[in-house]
Amino acid sequence: MIGRPGFPAGPGRGGFGLNTGLLAVLLGLIVLFSLLAGSDFLSLRTVSAFAFQLPELGILSLAMMVAMLSGGLNLSVIALANLCALTMGSLLTVLPAGESGLPWLAAVVASVAAGFVVAAIVGLVTGYIIAYIGVSPILATLGMMTLLSGISVGMTRGNIVSGFPDAIVFFGNGTVVGIPVPLLIFIACVVPVAILLTRSPFGLSVTMIGSNQRATHYSGVDTRRALVKLYVLSSLLACLAGFVMMARFNSANASYGESYLLVTVLACVLGGADPYGGFARTSGLVLALVILQVISSAFNLLGFNPFFAIAIWGLILIATTALRAVAGGNLRLIDWRLFR
Amino acid sequence: MPSRLMPRSHEAWLLVVVLLLCILLSILSPAFLTFRNAQDLITTNAFTAILAAGLLVVLVSGGIDISFTATATVAQYLAFTVANAYDVGWLGIVAIVSGVGISLGLLNAVLIQILRIPSIIATLATLNVYYGLLIFVTRGDYIYALPQWFNSGIELFAFRDGDGNYFSLNLQILATVLVFAATWLILRYMRLGRQITAFGGNREAARRLGLPILKLQCFVYGWMGFCAGIASLVQAQLAQSIAPTVLVGRELDVLAAVVLGGASLMGGVGTVLGTILGLALVAILQNGLILAGFSSYWSGFATGLVIVVAVCATAYRTNRAEALVK
Repeated sequence: MIGRPGFPAGPGRGGFGLNTGLLAVLLGLIVLFSLLAGSDFLSLRTVSAFAFQLPELGILSLAMMVAMLSGGLNLSVIALANLCALTMGSLLTVLPAGESGLPWLAAVVASVAAGFVVAAIVGLVTGYIIAYIGVSPILATLGMMTLLSGISVGMTRGNIVSGFPDAIVFFGNGTVVGIPVPLLIFIACVVPVAILLTRSPFGLSVTMIGSNQRATHYSGVDTRRALVKLYVLSSLLACLAGFVMMARFNSANASYGESYLLVTVLACVLGGADPYGGFARTSGLVLALVILQVISSAFNLLGFNPFFAIAIWGLILIATTALRAVAGGNLRLIDWRLFR
Repeated sequence: MPSRLMPRSHEAWLLVVVLLLCILLSILSPAFLTFRNAQDLITTNAFTAILAAGLLVVLVSGGIDISFTATATVAQYLAFTVANAYDVGWLGIVAIVSGVGISLGLLNAVLIQILRIPSIIATLATLNVYYGLLIFVTRGDYIYALPQWFNSGIELFAFRDGDGNYFSLNLQILATVLVFAATWLILRYMRLGRQITAFGGNREAARRLGLPILKLQCFVYGWMGFCAGIASLVQAQLAQSIAPTVLVGRELDVLAAVVLGGASLMGGVGTVLGTILGLALVAILQNGLILAGFSSYWSGFATGLVIVVAVCATAYRTNRAEALVK
């Protein structure tokens, strides 16, 4: 396969250099912000706030990345996260308050499970539309996004569902031996997903589909089945993100986190994922997420407008993509032939 | 087989669906099929429609642009900051929004064609940059007071019918018609448009033919920027104020309308008629359901359902056609 401009041609090439570049950017930013903001920047409070904020965007980006690896996008991740959170939330709020005991606990678990069932069904439908009917992933998930958020708005009339049991709120705001629970959840899904994508036949199939779907099909892989599984995985991750958001805010709504959608794409691409598929690295994504979060935390601390951080994210995306084109072998940064 | 009577092209299918929807809705609600409602429909959807015309050209060229809502926001904010300070008049304000739109569009073209950044990444980045910087500089303040001559808008051929309803050819309708006519002429009859279609259909072939690719890309993203500028003006006139945070986030609605109209994300395919019908389908559905007494809370669901069914039907037909060719 010929590498597309700006992206390494395969998993073997450029991966190490890519993460080194991101690490260098990260270290540079930490040094810069420590100098600018003083000791506040590395204080426990900042780091702790950071660890609570990162996981939501992190899990959503992971859901986006697995779809991107196969050469698609999943634009419905946030709509689905909200639909699942509303499903869980609506069931949880009808449970009698102040109770405990085994039956009550079972009801709580069942409510949460219901959200994941919804996600699995949506994943199956999306995967079927993409793999068997042959709709391009952007269009299929764009439609699903509108459809799912339409269901959420229709069900709740745009209202907020709130007031969940303490056991649920703990998953968004609690700590275990000083480590925020959302961060633990994030780690608990990043590691298995990374292993699944790099060390399993399924992961290899998905990566190959991202490079060339037809060739993968001809080499004896059931690409349709793999794609359906992939969108189920992406949907379940989105649901988990919805659960974390619901637990952290102690509420659910049809429009929470809508502005995160394009940020998840940005995080994946910054982390080295090829938007046309075939290459994505979980470690790169984690580094990219930390970079984005460091910038927004530092700007917050320095009293800058948060929107300035958004502009900087965009500039970093342009810079890294252009530099990767140079590192990826297209040594001429500017193709002067065009001007003749 | 009744294949002779079945519509062949995507546009014909859409036309049938839109007509059936119109018939159904005019039975359900007498207010639907009125001149008044048609005028309201176009006026309120002009912003999306003008952007869709620009995005159609980008999709036909095989690219994608999602930065246009940020471009529109920057254009209207700058234009009205200037218009509130100096007496620039209609010509001046149109020149400013077009100038800002085209410049920001050209910047996208430079990133895409010269720095070789894939269009989706480049425009995703510039969406954040344009929007982030604008809010940073303006602190997100609204502009409530627009010049009086602008607020009163344009009204050509104004008249009042027997029931006292007021009709006119307003700024929104005028701009929409002009932008669509221009896009149609460019794509259909000008060499530039044919070259853009060829380039979108097969990049390598276009390069080997010696088409001026940089020029084409600059035109495509410049035109998108121009449309964003005009759309921002139309939206400001309708809203009678400038709110820098309301436009960003509507990118995907515009994209949905254009792909409903049959434009392919792979490039080379897409027509102005299809785009108009795609826009009409979404607009009529939302408007008609409310007129027919359905809760407006469910209009998103209906739109989503239509998009999913439409993209599935298109993919199904395309795949079957390909299977027949084999």
